[in-house]
Amino acid sequence: MSNAHPIPFRAILRHVLLIAGAAVMLAPFIWMISTASKPQTEIFSSELHLIPHQFALAENLREAFAKANLLRFLLNGVIVTVSIFVLQVMVALPAAYALAKLRFVGRETLFALVLFGILIPPQATAVPVFLLLHKAGLLDSYAALVLPFTISVFGIFLMRQFFKTVPDDLVDAARMDGISEFGIVWRVMLPAAIPAVTAFGIFSVVAHWNDYFWPLIVLNSEHLRTPPLAVAHFRNNEAGTSYGPLMAAAMVIIAPLVIAFLFAQRRFIEGITLTGIK
Amino acid sequence: MSDGSITISAAIAPAGATRRAVQAHGSRRTYAAYALVTPAALLMLVMLLGPLAGVIALSFTDYQLGAPHLSWIGLANYQDLFADKVFWTALRNTLTYVVIVVPGAVVAGLAIALLIQSGTSLRSLYRTIYFLPVMATLIAMAVVWEFMLHPQFGLVNGLLRGAGLPAFAWLQDRNTALYALCAIGIWQAVGFNMVLFLAGLVSIPKQLYEAAEIDGASSGWARFRLVTWPMLGPVTTFVVVISGIRSFQVFDTVHVLTKGGPSKSTEVLIHTMYTEGFEFFRSGYAAAITVVFLVFVLLLTLVKSRLADRGVHYT
Repeated sequence: MSNAHPIPFRAILRHVLLIAGAAVMLAPFIWMISTASKPQTEIFSSELHLIPHQFALAENLREAFAKANLLRFLLNGVIVTVSIFVLQVMVALPAAYALAKLRFVGRETLFALVLFGILIPPQATAVPVFLLLHKAGLLDSYAALVLPFTISVFGIFLMRQFFKTVPDDLVDAARMDGISEFGIVWRVMLPAAIPAVTAFGIFSVVAHWNDYFWPLIVLNSEHLRTPPLAVAHFRNNEAGTSYGPLMAAAMVIIAPLVIAFLFAQRRFIEGITLTGIK
Repeated sequence: MSDGSITISAAIAPAGATRRAVQAHGSRRTYAAYALVTPAALLMLVMLLGPLAGVIALSFTDYQLGAPHLSWIGLANYQDLFADKVFWTALRNTLTYVVIVVPGAVVAGLAIALLIQSGTSLRSLYRTIYFLPVMATLIAMAVVWEFMLHPQFGLVNGLLRGAGLPAFAWLQDRNTALYALCAIGIWQAVGFNMVLFLAGLVSIPKQLYEAAEIDGASSGWARFRLVTWPMLGPVTTFVVVISGIRSFQVFDTVHVLTKGGPSKSTEVLIHTMYTEGFEFFRSGYAAAITVVFLVFVLLLTLVKSRLADRGVHYT
């Protein structure tokens, strides 16, 4: 029945439409790579061509790295995102375990506050947190980039939901073995929660690697710049003159996450759409 | 290895002894619970709930960064705000952005999800391609878009000229700048919505389509209208609200590409807040703008939590 005539036509139409859409989605990426590979003279020509007549990718990359300390900025990105994630886990996991498995006065209140906290958009607390860091003399430092994000109420919520599904017997057995509550968090719960922690990690790292708003507010010094700030400054300094190196710099900045995504796309999609539950 | 020892010791411990042990350790466990939640509770207070209360309180003061004192000025910030033309421009632009990006990104996301799901070949390739913009650092891609929209050497005008159509100065023209930013916003959000719709489509039971076919719904459109659309209803509402909240927060592309210009045509709420709070350091005034922004976002969130209360959940 379903082998009737319209099938091939519909399959072709599906691919035609999806490829047309994909071309639009990929256009900026292709244009970026193409421009990063062209010498100045070809970029400033009104004749459109995708494949450069003369390849200049190496020159553009060299110029990008010479004009901006891209390696340092990438390193800053790694330091900041990794510190944020590690601290988030250290703070959230114990709290999530207590909320999921222990009984204490104030538990419901605390959980209600966690749920409420999830609703607060990050821009809402920017002014007071900035003033706080100013008072503490911490502006323009790694601490300013990391500290405000050490608490992830979303992470607490996510891990608490996951811990709820871990059987109580496992926890009781660990107690009988003389493992402390603190030990249970790290030696029993964490190993059981690796998939959830991974998904949260991807969510957290992608969000903070790409964050522009907060670093823009708290940073002044060039040597502390995170990758998005670095691209923005590169663009402002070279306004309208050297598009080749600028596109090469953009390529370098997006490369780590895009490559990681291409290798583990299922996990990435899972991790990032976690925000869907937010 | 430790798993094994845990099970054995649990198996040999008599049930009564377990219960007694649990009681004896009850109070110590309560202490442990407080010790475990204290860091999180403190940080929540200092970095989240305190600042939230702070932003509301600040909005009633004349505080400026570095000023020796602050005084309570009641609603004066709000009066200034509502009398300021820039604020109304920013609000109108933000709403325009939301009203264009939300339907655009939701309809495109749904269409792509349906197309991908309607066949079996190359599914994951298409999904990867459409999801790519969600992953890529928006600031870097915004800079790429800026060059694509370059009046003389950009790809977009090049293609338009090639097709014999008029070209535009996109980001430099006050009549097109906001729409160009909307296009970038849609481009970036589509993949995210697509993934949520794909998850929704997969969860629709196959039997419903078979039943619809038996009832005479043979065309694709009839199946969509009778089964897919009603079954996706909750997902769709959810995606709309999420897209709405995210669009309200638009800032990155505005700040790096237009700085709210030309002539305030792309000024949006968070950008005004940023300028007042972190360039002019008028903290009290910026706090008042934040409160207005919060009201809009919380309204959207209310819609979402009302839906969640009705038992609508997805991942």
